[in-house]
Amino acid sequence: MAKPRLATCSLAGCFGCHMSLLDIDERLVELLDLVDLDKSPLTDKKEFDRPVDIGLVEGGCANDHNVHTLRQFRKNCRILVSVGACAITGGVPAMRNMIGLKECLEEAYITGPTIEGKGMIPNDEDLPLLLDRVYPSHEVVKIDYFLPGCPPSGEAIWFFLKALLTGREPDLPYRMLKYD
Amino acid sequence: MDPEGQVDTTTIEDAVGKFGGARDRLMDILQEIHRRLGCLEQQTISALSASLRIPSAEIEDAASFYSFFNRAPKGRFHIRLARTPVSLMKGADDVARAFVAATGAQIGGTSAEGDFSLDWAADLGMADQEPSALINGAPFPALAPSDVRTMVEELRRNRDTTNALPLFPGSDASGLKQSRIAINLLGPGPVLFGDKRSGDGLQKALRLSPEEIVKEIVKARLRGRGGAGFPTGLKWRLCRQAVAETRYVVCNADEGEPGTFKDRALLTLAPDLVLDGMTIAARALGARQGVIYLRAEYAYLEAALRNELDKRRNDGLLGANIGGVNDFDFDIRIQFGAGAYICGEESALLESLEGKRGAPRDRPPFPTDRGYLGYPTAVDNVETFACAAKVIERGAAWFCGFGTAESAGTKLLSISGDCPRPGVYELPFGTTLNELLDLVGASDARFVQVGGPSGQCVGAKDYGRRIAYEDLSTGGSIMVFSAQRDVIATALQFTEFFADESCGWCVPCRVGTTLLKQDLEKILRGRGTLADVRALESLARSVARTSRCGLGQSAPNPILGSMRNFPEAYEARLQEEEFLPRFSVLEASAEAKSIQEHGLLDVEER
Amino acid sequence: MSDQDFLITVDGMKVRAKRGQTIISACDAAGVYIPRLCHHPDLKPAGHCRLCSCYIDGRRASACTMPAAPGMVVVSNNEELNNDRRVVLDMLFVEGNHFCPTCEKSGDCELQALAYRLGITAPSLTYQWPKREIDASHPDVFIDRNTCVLCSRCIRASRDVDGKSIFGFSGRGLGMRLNIDSETKLSDTSFAAIDKAAKVCPVGCIVIKRTGYRTPIGRRHFDKAPIGTDIEACEVGDPE
Repeated sequence: MAKPRLATCSLAGCFGCHMSLLDIDERLVELLDLVDLDKSPLTDKKEFDRPVDIGLVEGGCANDHNVHTLRQFRKNCRILVSVGACAITGGVPAMRNMIGLKECLEEAYITGPTIEGKGMIPNDEDLPLLLDRVYPSHEVVKIDYFLPGCPPSGEAIWFFLKALLTGREPDLPYRMLKYD
Repeated sequence: MDPEGQVDTTTIEDAVGKFGGARDRLMDILQEIHRRLGCLEQQTISALSASLRIPSAEIEDAASFYSFFNRAPKGRFHIRLARTPVSLMKGADDVARAFVAATGAQIGGTSAEGDFSLDWAADLGMADQEPSALINGAPFPALAPSDVRTMVEELRRNRDTTNALPLFPGSDASGLKQSRIAINLLGPGPVLFGDKRSGDGLQKALRLSPEEIVKEIVKARLRGRGGAGFPTGLKWRLCRQAVAETRYVVCNADEGEPGTFKDRALLTLAPDLVLDGMTIAARALGARQGVIYLRAEYAYLEAALRNELDKRRNDGLLGANIGGVNDFDFDIRIQFGAGAYICGEESALLESLEGKRGAPRDRPPFPTDRGYLGYPTAVDNVETFACAAKVIERGAAWFCGFGTAESAGTKLLSISGDCPRPGVYELPFGTTLNELLDLVGASDARFVQVGGPSGQCVGAKDYGRRIAYEDLSTGGSIMVFSAQRDVIATALQFTEFFADESCGWCVPCRVGTTLLKQDLEKILRGRGTLADVRALESLARSVARTSRCGLGQSAPNPILGSMRNFPEAYEARLQEEEFLPRFSVLEASAEAKSIQEHGLLDVEER
Repeated sequence: MSDQDFLITVDGMKVRAKRGQTIISACDAAGVYIPRLCHHPDLKPAGHCRLCSCYIDGRRASACTMPAAPGMVVVSNNEELNNDRRVVLDMLFVEGNHFCPTCEKSGDCELQALAYRLGITAPSLTYQWPKREIDASHPDVFIDRNTCVLCSRCIRASRDVDGKSIFGFSGRGLGMRLNIDSETKLSDTSFAAIDKAAKVCPVGCIVIKRTGYRTPIGRRHFDKAPIGTDIEACEVGDPE
């Protein structure tokens, strides 16, 4: 029987959740016995070419490209998991949500104290369009499970994946349920 | 504040002096200052804090709660337009547009020359004459867009500068005919509007012992007319039995339930009956002071009510030794609300009376035990007092001759909406909705909202149900909606009302009412899924179960009621998708697009 | 058991109560935990958060405000009540701007701890992202309204314990905010870091300056044990 396939992505996040996944250390070997890694920054595979069993999403949606990627994941993953504070709440990138996009960009690129000379808001056509605010993943697509933490500890990620891969409800024990 | 930035300390000192610098008269003091200055700015609050020697945080706590207290200067004429499902069906939006065009002010703003401020307001108590407005407190019912330009010109010519916000500018401006409000008493009934001989009830009460009065009220099975239906006799007995130096009688004239205007009719056409009832209650309870808590929207009734009170003082019906009875001393004062629906809830009303924000109290203790200023207090509806006067005048047996076994007497109903004959009707309890709809000429009612937004939405299959405590209980609001009305849009307007009026004290009501509104909006905009409807229902039930007072407990009623009665209205709007986001990428990226000036990536739009 | 004492039943257990005691204080004394956020044992009850909403003799009421009476039957721990508690917590998380990873109170925060205890992994309601003011003017105390849950603990403590009334509410409904007794800023008031009001905040709204991260993340109160394990440990904001 083929192994379940696992995909991961990082949207508006810091890759800290991916780092935490790598923090499971030697259990990575055990993980790779249980799953095949599909589309992921770790494999550098760019596109989905077949259905995937589990998708792990790090980061919220800050721009239209994030939304596009997240929708691709929803379409191609049987089980979609929102991993980490940014995917679940918007996290640090969402700290702009109370300010307003224009004011935020102006502060960052035109009026802020670190701007030397005449600043400008980047407008290269290859840049994705920012959304009015950063959206948590579950406000964009249906999410099946949430794995909170900033980042979730390697231990929590391992516990969670192992439960999911062995057909148990991935209910985190108290000491692993963290928002920080 | 004058243009030099000086605080008007004279006005503040005058207002404080007028009410003896009493902390518990803070609402009166704020009202007085607001009347003179037109707003309550932060500097005013600070100066008042110094004068009253109480922390400004306490004053701000109260002042910031009420929607009729302006916190910044407004135009010379402050126009408040009623925004309710009934006013909207009668064209309030068109009237509002006409006001915007004629005054140059936007809704929520002030015109450039400073003459006009426009605001939406909750129900103003003229649901039978919508669209309606208050202009500096004066009522303007039955507005048509074509009236607006003349009205605005007339007002602009009025240069009365004696007050920052001249009260009732229309009263001496001949062109403003609308400022006189009609009382559409279309169905006078046998109890309250039968014969209007005043004083008979009170004269009889003077010959009875306090206990005999309570016994007669108990015998009459009189229940509270505000909607909750608590037995009045029991309330008076509990209040009487509480050990205390004094007791208070409070008349709840905060008639704030959208669609209600029957207390305005009573206070205008039969104030003597209401005041008789309060005086009889005072006799029964041993109270020396009564207060009428009158909603700010009815400020224009003040002069007539004050005249009535003065007349009674002259006639010996208020004051010392009433009716020649030794030691029966009782007087009544009027205190105003300031635009807060929640103050119709009796314990919130008492908080407001004591000069605080209108947040309901925890019970126990009940007001009959510890009410106004900590003393036993009977808070009763305007109509309840009028009924009590008739019970004593004509006897419990006569009173029980009307109505049903569990609901004795008659009920005043304020009927509005899609019907040719909206107005006030006094009908015996037990009247069916069918009979009622015939009376008002409503032939194609799709549903009837009984008891206002907090009441029940009743569909045609249930028009055989009766107005009675044991069936459809109502404080008197009946709104009729015809076949062309949208059930979900109406439920949304009611839900918005609760979100605006939530006092904020408890979490489920403060946050939940807004979430309910947003979730229902999503469905109404055609972005709702079956999962959304299920989640909405579940949220509505949690809000109802966990909220602290009746407002939050009944705020989900419009949603739950419309779901129960009109599931097809929801089904028609549902989308097939398992999940739909609340926002569209196109809308959410529009601002960035205008900033960055380039197109969307390839994102399938929904 | 003195003459004044009587028994009530809480989730099938007999709990001793005294006249004048609320249900929550009787339960605390007996070591029976009812979830709560706005309640504080040293302050008058206020009934804001509704987390302690229980069935009391068959009717919903808040255990923090309801006086115990002989024979009362209280149900606090069932699926409906705990679900409603999750909904209320969910509301609080989406009402404010709660960034746990950057909050000094994380691990000592009662809001977070309640969500941990009730097993919430993510909010399901819609984020509101309100604009909330920060006040860093005071030399010793920092106020970040982004996390304020409007529990009124500081208001009650300042008014009833400190005798200062530094805090109040302003506005109503979703527009309600924590207000300071000053036209401009906290440093204009007589507020002091030793005030009771500075020690009772359940979340990261009122924070004492220069005490941040003395206890590292991961070794704080609720990292060790769920809230309610030791009912006395309510005042976690106390830096002493």
